[in-house]
Amino acid sequence: MTRTIVPIGPYHPLQEEPEFFTLTVEGETVVDIDLKLGYNHRGIEKLSEGKVYDQAIFVVERVCGICSTSHPFAYTQALEDLASVEAPPRARFIRTIIAEGERIHSHLLWLGLAGHFLGYNTVFMWSWKLREEILDVMEILSGNRNNYAMFKVGGVRRDIQSEDIPEVLRKIDSIVPTLEKLRKAIMEDPVLHARTKGIGVLSREAAVDYCAVGPTARASGVARDIRKHCSYGAYEEISWQMIVAHNGDVFDKLLVRIKELFESINIIRACLSGLPDGEIDCRVTDIPPGEGIGHIEAPRGECFHYVRSDGTNRPVRHKIRAPTYMNLPTYKSTVVGETISDAAIILAAIDPCYCCTERIAVLDDKGQKLHSGKQLLDLSRQKTEQLRARFGV
Amino acid sequence: MLQLLKDHFPQAIVSVHDRGPKRVYLEIDAGAITEVAGHVFKELGARFNTASAVDGRNRMEILYHFTLEDINLVLSFRVFLPKTALVIASLTSVFTAAEWIEREIHEMFGIHFVGHPQLERLLLPEDWPEKVYPLRKDYEEWDPDAVRDRGV
Repeated sequence: MTRTIVPIGPYHPLQEEPEFFTLTVEGETVVDIDLKLGYNHRGIEKLSEGKVYDQAIFVVERVCGICSTSHPFAYTQALEDLASVEAPPRARFIRTIIAEGERIHSHLLWLGLAGHFLGYNTVFMWSWKLREEILDVMEILSGNRNNYAMFKVGGVRRDIQSEDIPEVLRKIDSIVPTLEKLRKAIMEDPVLHARTKGIGVLSREAAVDYCAVGPTARASGVARDIRKHCSYGAYEEISWQMIVAHNGDVFDKLLVRIKELFESINIIRACLSGLPDGEIDCRVTDIPPGEGIGHIEAPRGECFHYVRSDGTNRPVRHKIRAPTYMNLPTYKSTVVGETISDAAIILAAIDPCYCCTERIAVLDDKGQKLHSGKQLLDLSRQKTEQLRARFGV
Repeated sequence: MLQLLKDHFPQAIVSVHDRGPKRVYLEIDAGAITEVAGHVFKELGARFNTASAVDGRNRMEILYHFTLEDINLVLSFRVFLPKTALVIASLTSVFTAAEWIEREIHEMFGIHFVGHPQLERLLLPEDWPEKVYPLRKDYEEWDPDAVRDRGV
């Protein structure tokens, strides 16, 4: 059978990590996939070498717009490791609240997009509406809907006012019934099961081999969560559950994220009710020579920072590794053998940010354009419609 | 754990820097990296985080970070390479996860990984000149028209 090359990408301004996929397809089936990265490579590691430690927090905050807390969190964690200090308890609780709020809005964003790809625009509308409530909560807590600028070495910049807590709790509680309704609607939909179950399976062995992180790994039965195992923030002091599923398909990735949403809400509630009194900053004055590692569980998985200091006010080396860096290569194992109409949702299942899919174009071997991104999205939706007809829904 | 590693690789481990209960740095012989990494990954069940290369004054350094979640420990293996021979064995034979980071270190620092299946550029654009390594300390701006914030 003739092979056709399908280029996907390369980039979109909203995308966190732009990438260019080359799918090789035989008829409907994907037989090979290659990736090209770097379209939006901004040289932040080099940039950070020229910034003083306090400035770099704002630089890393802008590595990603969606998980804008993860990088400052990991970076301050690395510097605190370097300076052998620990943030005071109240600061650790506030950090945890911000990080979990971010996880909720990030997972809701993904959930909406997954629905959008599958032709469930109601899911898209609902989850993004719920996300607004969380962004409001973040605004109450930090003053910003995004890029919170809450972190500093040794603590946080802004305290949570006790008079704000009832409003925050009210807003968080208000999304739970709708979220529950949404969860039921998704979990009990036969078409969604047919579209996502057994699709894009990442086996446990492959997840270990690729060193996948976060929900991508946990959906494949790899019970690893930095929050659970590598105590930081307030995660040790409150009780919560690590969510693990075992099939590694798109459905389980969906399941893990939905369950994590509820878990994150519980964590925020527990943190707010148990918020200890005291300082929010331990006033780190200088960074000694040495090296430090900070890693935290971002919404997409482990975010890792390594900082080397020579005793001056700028780092000698600052290595940043975002979670998608480890999760993206797993496409090689999940997309091959699947059909092209499933490719969109499999590519989206690790939550790499969605925008490349909008820019999909299918070319034949002479470079003629066969499908636009919209047509490919339509292909995915048509499949859902066919299944709907078959299930009589 | 450390004693176990020391007993297992008496020759390979040059020195141990115990930074505390959660962080340990081990300097190892560059020739033994695949053997040591294979052992911690397969036998001890460690997860490979990433590798960080550092351009030192006299020599290049690579740190391979592993996390052992069960005991909450980040193990970092440090190897030193002389600037005249920037060659080290690739870890891709041990785990696929090393593929990207080795490509990145290759293009950013100019370190060659022997045995890598696809040692091509990962992040740098196609018009970037050969043998110009941006994360090295002696990097000099090669493009007169470029506006790059070097932060200084």
